[in-house]
Amino acid sequence: MASSATDSAFVEFERVQKSYDGETLVVKDLNLSMPKGEFLTMLGPSGSGKTTCLMMLAGFETATHGDIRIGGVSINNIPPHKRGIGMVFQNYALFPHMTVAENLAFPLEVRKIGKSEREEKVQRALDMVQMGRFGGRRPAQLSGGQQQRIALARALVFQPELVLMDEPLGALDKQLREHMQFEITRLAHELGITTVYVTHDQTEALTMSDRVAVFDDGRIQQLAPPDQLYESPQNSFVAQFIGENNTLTGVVKEIGNGKCLVQLDGGDLIDAKPVNVKNVGDRTKVSIRPERVEINKDRLSPDAHTLKAEVLEFIYMGDIFRTRLRVAGHDDFVIKTRNAPDQVRLQPGTMIDIGWLPEDCHALDA
Amino acid sequence: MKLTKTLLATSALTLAAGAAFADAHMASDMTLVSWGGAYQASQTKAYSEPYMAANAGVNIVWDESSAEAVAKLRAMNESGNITWDLVDVEAADAIRLCDEGLAMEIDHDAMLAAGNDGSTASDDFGDSIISDCFIPQIVFSTTVGYRADMVGDNAPDSICAIFDTETYPGKRALNKRPLANMEWALLCDGVAKDDIYDVLATPEGQDQAFAKLDTIKNDVIWWSAAAETPQLLADGEIVMGSTYNGRLFSAIAEQGQPIGMLWDAQMLDFDGWVIPAGLPEDRLARVLDFVSYATDTQRLADQAAYISYGPARASSAPLVGNHAELGIPMAPHMPTDPNNSKNVFVTQYDFWADYRDDLDAKFQAWLAQ
Amino acid sequence: MTDATTDAGKLTTADGQSLKKSLHRALRRQKVRALMLIAPLLLFILLSFIAPIFDMLLRSVENDIVPDTIPRTIVALDDWDATSGETPGEEVFAAFYTDFAIAEEYKSHTRLGSRLNYELTGISSLFRSTGRKVGKFETESYTEQFTAADAAFADPAQWAAWMADDAVRAALPQTADAYDAWSKIVVDLNNDVPSEEDPADFVYTGLYNDLMAGASVASIPSVDVSGWEPVSLREQFIDANDGWADPAVWATIKTYGGDYTSGYFLNSVDMQLSGEGVTQRPEDERIYITLFVRTIILSIVITGSCILLGYPIAFLLANLPLRSANVLMILVLLPFWTSLLVRTSAWKVLLQNQGVINDILVWLHVIADDNRLELINNATGTIIAMTHILLPFMILPLYSVMKTISPSYVRAAKSMGANDWTAFWRVYFPNSVPGIGAGSILVFILSIGYYITPELVGGTKGVFISNRIAYHISSSLNWGLAAALGSILLILVLALYWLYDRIVGIDNVKLGG
Repeated sequence: MASSATDSAFVEFERVQKSYDGETLVVKDLNLSMPKGEFLTMLGPSGSGKTTCLMMLAGFETATHGDIRIGGVSINNIPPHKRGIGMVFQNYALFPHMTVAENLAFPLEVRKIGKSEREEKVQRALDMVQMGRFGGRRPAQLSGGQQQRIALARALVFQPELVLMDEPLGALDKQLREHMQFEITRLAHELGITTVYVTHDQTEALTMSDRVAVFDDGRIQQLAPPDQLYESPQNSFVAQFIGENNTLTGVVKEIGNGKCLVQLDGGDLIDAKPVNVKNVGDRTKVSIRPERVEINKDRLSPDAHTLKAEVLEFIYMGDIFRTRLRVAGHDDFVIKTRNAPDQVRLQPGTMIDIGWLPEDCHALDA
Repeated sequence: MKLTKTLLATSALTLAAGAAFADAHMASDMTLVSWGGAYQASQTKAYSEPYMAANAGVNIVWDESSAEAVAKLRAMNESGNITWDLVDVEAADAIRLCDEGLAMEIDHDAMLAAGNDGSTASDDFGDSIISDCFIPQIVFSTTVGYRADMVGDNAPDSICAIFDTETYPGKRALNKRPLANMEWALLCDGVAKDDIYDVLATPEGQDQAFAKLDTIKNDVIWWSAAAETPQLLADGEIVMGSTYNGRLFSAIAEQGQPIGMLWDAQMLDFDGWVIPAGLPEDRLARVLDFVSYATDTQRLADQAAYISYGPARASSAPLVGNHAELGIPMAPHMPTDPNNSKNVFVTQYDFWADYRDDLDAKFQAWLAQ
Repeated sequence: MTDATTDAGKLTTADGQSLKKSLHRALRRQKVRALMLIAPLLLFILLSFIAPIFDMLLRSVENDIVPDTIPRTIVALDDWDATSGETPGEEVFAAFYTDFAIAEEYKSHTRLGSRLNYELTGISSLFRSTGRKVGKFETESYTEQFTAADAAFADPAQWAAWMADDAVRAALPQTADAYDAWSKIVVDLNNDVPSEEDPADFVYTGLYNDLMAGASVASIPSVDVSGWEPVSLREQFIDANDGWADPAVWATIKTYGGDYTSGYFLNSVDMQLSGEGVTQRPEDERIYITLFVRTIILSIVITGSCILLGYPIAFLLANLPLRSANVLMILVLLPFWTSLLVRTSAWKVLLQNQGVINDILVWLHVIADDNRLELINNATGTIIAMTHILLPFMILPLYSVMKTISPSYVRAAKSMGANDWTAFWRVYFPNSVPGIGAGSILVFILSIGYYITPELVGGTKGVFISNRIAYHISSSLNWGLAAALGSILLILVLALYWLYDRIVGIDNVKLGG
């Protein structure tokens, strides 16, 4: 079998396009390659094409153009039931007319696995998700979290190499969701399964994944490990979509040496790291994470540019303080400070100076 | 609680409106009940239109419910709200209504016009007064029509052609009730005409009739609406079939279908008016005035210009003229015409009143077997 | 509630009242309001649905026309042995004479005759012919002899005075009874005053009977009636119609003399109640069991064909994009918008021997011209036409249930390795069963009560029990039998519903969402 990508590639998308109506492309030229055992999350707002990609991988949608390969074999013409992919659906899709055990036995049954082996595997899968006692129940008798576990167990019971998850935690409350996030990653890593996970929740994406593919407008905007994604966004969409973010607009004044000087629209000058600005005179959006803003002048280098800021609002949030400022004409500038014993609580109305390290401030496309 | 009040008021209003609507019987309206179709049209033209022209204060409204008249009259009688003034029914139904006390008894000589030849109403109507409650109107007959083009040169001239599937292969249509069929079966099984009802009253005689009908059971399409036979004849579905003579007349004369009439052993029957029992005085007086007018010698003869049913009065017969539209003389198409009435059965109402339920149960059981 | 305290194991509110009572009071207001909201519908259903059904059930056993019309006869018949094979004695005929003379005035004897004719053929004409003669019985001779014996007997005012005297009434019970009935007739029917009218013959007959029985009253003129030639009412009746000599007639009257009867129900299951008890009807009159069985079998077949034809359509509807689904839905609903008679007539044109379908088959040489298919006027016709008519009732619930089956079920099944058929059969189909259940109940119950279509296309082998019910309602006027048949049908439907609940579970019926 011809494999065009690297040897380690297990799942590959090559120049994949998808259109439903023949007029607009939902997925535009998608290229993606993931090694075995990776946990990859497709993150993006709704309509960005991430679910379509997942459905094409599962076989429920066909690619309009391009090639999708698993283990080097093109699966374009393989029907879904022969792809051997485990899948967890948004609403779990547990069969309401079967008991939990019957649900789990279903994939084994259609594979014509003997009864005793089937029962053993079902029990093992249930135990794996700590639902060993629930085999006789009907899905409707279970809570959302329990259903989620069963759906997970069902997708794993026939030991697929690849598991797809379509926003599986969307319907759970926050606490349960965090717990399940942990459970899923633990299982995925323990079992060494390759996982493609679709979500629109960026926290979920950051905490669970080996790599995250941020989708927008039918394209992958950035494909990177979570820390890179957060700390070095490739463009303003990613910067804004991932985490909280302050944006200021201006024009590049100087550029070079991995640094640039940006004149904000209000006239103030700031230092930034050029990410995708190249020339002096380019318009840019600069993005600074709230927790990287420094209000203590002593911690900044003496030649660093600072900005005047007026405190508008102080919000106590327990572990952190959240303060809203008016900066360079924007009154939605937010900073976060740690709730430490020596931390100042800024009073609304006071004027302060703020600044940051140049590498924390990314000059992105306008 | 304002909402509740409104709701209660609304529902009360709805009920009241429903009752009022059901009772929307204006004082000047007189409701006549008939069979619809060409027959009711003939009554409208011959009776109600001239009557309304002469009596400006009366407005005649028609209701086409005669087929359910017996049941509806009983329901009205039970609810005590009689909305009909005059009902056109078959003779057998008139007897039943009279037995049940649902129709008013008529003093024919006192309430109806004398014949134009001076005879009393009861003499003029003669045998057609089959019940004390019955005001006769027409004579009709259940008779047989056949496809002229399907019998070739060998047109049937005896009722027993129905049972002769060798000479006349093909389906035949018969009424889905015992009346007429039982008589014809016995007649064609060799029972003398005068003995037929005596034989039919015995279980053996009934078995004999069913045995005769058995010979053609698989060749029969049973009808329950009289319009079916002319339609089946027109479609070529059947070679012959029984129905009312007026239906055949209109298929032959008005629609030009290739159908021939077999008058042999026609079952003569009467149709006429009954007045519902329990009408208030004023409505009764009004309807008596109308019915006396509508059943006088001239009016009954007039009706025959629209439909080929014979007037029930002897004195009307000489006045029967031509068809109102076709212009052909109507007399030869009447069941009472001497050429047609060489061999006639007159329905034995007393017999059928007694044996109808019994024979009908047997007939239906026979059909179901 | 917050102040609820436990007092001797019973919860009470802060002011010491029972918590339950208090809660009940709080909820009552809501309940009353809810009741007010449904009151109009409740009233409507009560009047238009519950009451008629109750009335029907009552009619199926009601028989008071017999004891109401001939009460004296029923009492007199108590002593007569129906199995003796002998005509009842003179005293029964005497009671019957009074009853009959009264009934004749009210014209209710004919109605009674019709009623009893359901049980014994010929009674109707017996009653009608006798009704014409009962006024001319020779009992007139009593009247003449009494009035000749004393002028007081010819004086209506004198009669009224006697009959107002309790002592006279006690001494002359038959006379008083007859006089009361007669005076009621005079007032009710003729709007006259009894004290101004000559009493009828049956009153004088009553007086004769009383005096013959040895009664003597001081206040009325003494007449010796023992020498008078007795008029045998038995002979009078038998002269009028020799049917009265037949013990079977009297056995029927005695058997059906009660206020309630099981006769209609027995008739509905091809049985009869005669002097010898409950027996099967003669074989050539057994029809209803056949019809009930046929109705059920045909309804099942119709339901089955509706499932077979409706399921794929509903599946398509549920899985098509909305716009095309709407177009298809209009096609499905089209039969709803066409008159039943038009549709049925159209089936006639299509299905009959010389009809369109046969013509096409002959033209295609599928069948020979002399061997055309019998598609109408039999059970086949009923099945075809009814399936067509009832199909929407199957498709709609199926569709609305299928609409709620998430496509992810089938996807999940496929992702787990099930092929198309397995995914459908093991996952989709079981989830659509509630729709099949709802559709089947609808179609079955509707078809079990249909009568217009079977009447028009069913011939003799394709008619239902409802056709007989319609016949008895509108044509034979045997409402009691119709009510009994209808009640049995109702019980049958309820029983099947119960059975369905036991087997499938009624919560497994969904009309949608």
